[in-house]
Amino acid sequence: MATAASTIPAGGTWAPPPRGPVGMFCLIAAESAIFVIFLVAYIFYIGRSLSGPTPREVLEVPIFNTVCLLSSSITIHLAVRALRQARMLAFKLFWFLTLALGAKFLIGTGIEWHHLIYERGLTIATNLFGTTYYSLVGLHAFHVLVGLVGLTTVMLFALASKVRPQQSEKVEVFVLYWHFVDVVWVAVFTTVYIVGR
Amino acid sequence: MSSNSLPMPDAIASAPHLTGSARVLDTLHDWVITVDHKKLGLMYIGMGLFFFLLGGIEAIIIRIQLLFPLYHFVSPQVFNRMFTMHGTTMIFFTAMPILFGFGVYLIPLMIGTRDMAFPRLNAWGFWIALFGGLLLYFSFVGGDGLYGAGNAPDVSWWAYAPLTSRAFSPGHSTDYWTIGVLLSGFGSIASAVNFAATILCLRCPGMTLGKMPLLAWMYLVMAGLVLMAISPLTAAQIMLLLDRYLGAHFFDTQAGGSATIWMHFFWIFGHPEVYILILPSFGFISEMVPVFSRKPIFGYPIMVAATVGIGFISLSVWAHHMFTIGMESYENAFFVLSSMAIAVPTGIKIFNWLGTMWGGKIRYELPMLFCVGFLFQFLIAGLTGIMLAVAPFNWQLHNSYFVIGHFHYVIVGGILFAIFGAFYYWYPKMTGRMLKQKLGLLHFLLFFIGFHLTFDFMHIVGVLGMPRRIYTYEPGRGWEYWNIVISVGAAFQALGIACFAINLVWSYFQGTRAGRDPWDGWTLEWATTSPPPVYNFAQIPEVKSARPLWDFKHPEDPDWKYL
Ligand SMILES: [Cu+2]
Repeated sequence: MATAASTIPAGGTWAPPPRGPVGMFCLIAAESAIFVIFLVAYIFYIGRSLSGPTPREVLEVPIFNTVCLLSSSITIHLAVRALRQARMLAFKLFWFLTLALGAKFLIGTGIEWHHLIYERGLTIATNLFGTTYYSLVGLHAFHVLVGLVGLTTVMLFALASKVRPQQSEKVEVFVLYWHFVDVVWVAVFTTVYIVGR
Repeated sequence: MSSNSLPMPDAIASAPHLTGSARVLDTLHDWVITVDHKKLGLMYIGMGLFFFLLGGIEAIIIRIQLLFPLYHFVSPQVFNRMFTMHGTTMIFFTAMPILFGFGVYLIPLMIGTRDMAFPRLNAWGFWIALFGGLLLYFSFVGGDGLYGAGNAPDVSWWAYAPLTSRAFSPGHSTDYWTIGVLLSGFGSIASAVNFAATILCLRCPGMTLGKMPLLAWMYLVMAGLVLMAISPLTAAQIMLLLDRYLGAHFFDTQAGGSATIWMHFFWIFGHPEVYILILPSFGFISEMVPVFSRKPIFGYPIMVAATVGIGFISLSVWAHHMFTIGMESYENAFFVLSSMAIAVPTGIKIFNWLGTMWGGKIRYELPMLFCVGFLFQFLIAGLTGIMLAVAPFNWQLHNSYFVIGHFHYVIVGGILFAIFGAFYYWYPKMTGRMLKQKLGLLHFLLFFIGFHLTFDFMHIVGVLGMPRRIYTYEPGRGWEYWNIVISVGAAFQALGIACFAINLVWSYFQGTRAGRDPWDGWTLEWATTSPPPVYNFAQIPEVKSARPLWDFKHPEDPDWKYL
């Protein structure tokens, strides 16, 4: 109470945190908890499948895909910085690059799944590995998809010249989400392709 | 718009005079599209009361069935559906909506702002939760599915694996349960995001975190718990859906899956859920007790610290619901100790409320009566909780009526009493009318007697060995008299609730006018009219202490002098 009392704001300096980032951080906290449960399930079931195929037999480490997704975090950072500085062409360019990298990642996941399902015969119903693998990677891919919808929306507005530097704070709220999707991939990648293999 | 819409005298006079069905439609349209926190709060509360009625009817059916040994009031199948629906309804579609409704209604008023941080998200959260509840009840007609088996879900409110698998639960009843609860969870997460953002970002000038009403603090911690605890349930429900629809094996023991992990995932949600429900109730008590004791809350910073402490500890006690599955002894020890540790901050709170009452000028208005009932019953609930936290004791009484008695003491004796108190306290603010005193007293007495008849004796019949969720029982085990007493208590409770329901409706039309501030309160919601205008405050207030209205009413002796 004593510390709270000493921070009585004078006149016009009352500045509580902005609601956008706070709301997004709360959403990220909830999403993290969901991912933690799926990760725990994955780790708990490592090596418990009663039948093949095993991760070592069928999984290939998607290094290029990972590089694409992680570098999209850098490009989106550059994009929003350009927006803040009102360099609209650079913003659009970097934003499009982010979109392209994200799409590449999703397509890569699609190709990986196609390979696993049609050539290796691994589906979600095959064994516990299939169950946990598709649900965890799929949950992440779903978040990438949602992110791509957001990226595309902003892109369309940008192409119609409706995105202005004043809106950079709102765009940054979305950027937080995209960073989160990338960070989660690091956890998923480590669990599935390094620990679980 | 036609040219007649010019501001001509008769045009103005005719425009607002919608008649009959047109006016009803207009009002309905107004409520459906609203993003106003007060309307949404009232709709949340209305939704909760509607499902409270349904859950209550289910409880009565359970109690009639158990009235006599070897009785056949309903079939075993119907009995299973009744206790499943009763539990699911009361937790997800009664307690949560009512508590969220009070929060959505009160928090913007109490922190001196005009709406929640995300009004549209607020509306979304309400409608998705309502849809979840309706979907759950649609199972009564839609649950037969392809196999003609089942209708309402009958897997109990925690739906243990592998009972929920396709093999043991054909038809769609379990799917209605899963999806209904999943949707309500999405709504809860959305509301929690909204609560946190509102409380952190929209406080009126001068209201630092240390000067918020305690209710806002409790809802802030509750929102954090929702984010941390409802999400695991969401994840587990997604897994269950994958199991049931795509043939995944998360909880399929035939394929190496684990039934125990469902229990872990469920109770990681299930225990904090109790605190998600009790923290708002603590908030109500912390607002009402000081006002009716005419003293500021005793130990505000300690209350906040205890709340945050409860929030953290409650995330690490879940396996006390699972002592009988056979854990390692160090696991047992950990969960015994953590479950006992949580009694410490909870005890601190009880002492703080008592400390507030101590030496105060107590007014036993209806809200205060329910507060005192809460204090007394919640204490006992906590003590039986500590008993159940001791693993060897738990092994004896697990899944017995002792456990039912314990958690109904928490949820009815604690949470529901606090909710009733909140109704009597804030109803005047919401409607502008006081609830009838005599009818309220009758409600309190009937419900208090009924509560103790029902739930006190559940402990006894539990110690005598009666397991929960049994359809019927043999005579001669010494359970007959207790079950009659318990069921009679349920009838008393139903009568009390009837008084309450009549009071809610009658006082809306006939109650005495409340005015702005019927209780001589201290928080900002009493500074505006009852009911408040759409914009809440004509001018956003500025506060200097945790009791801004005290400061306003007593300029010679304001709180902020002593900060
Ligand atoms: Cu518990």
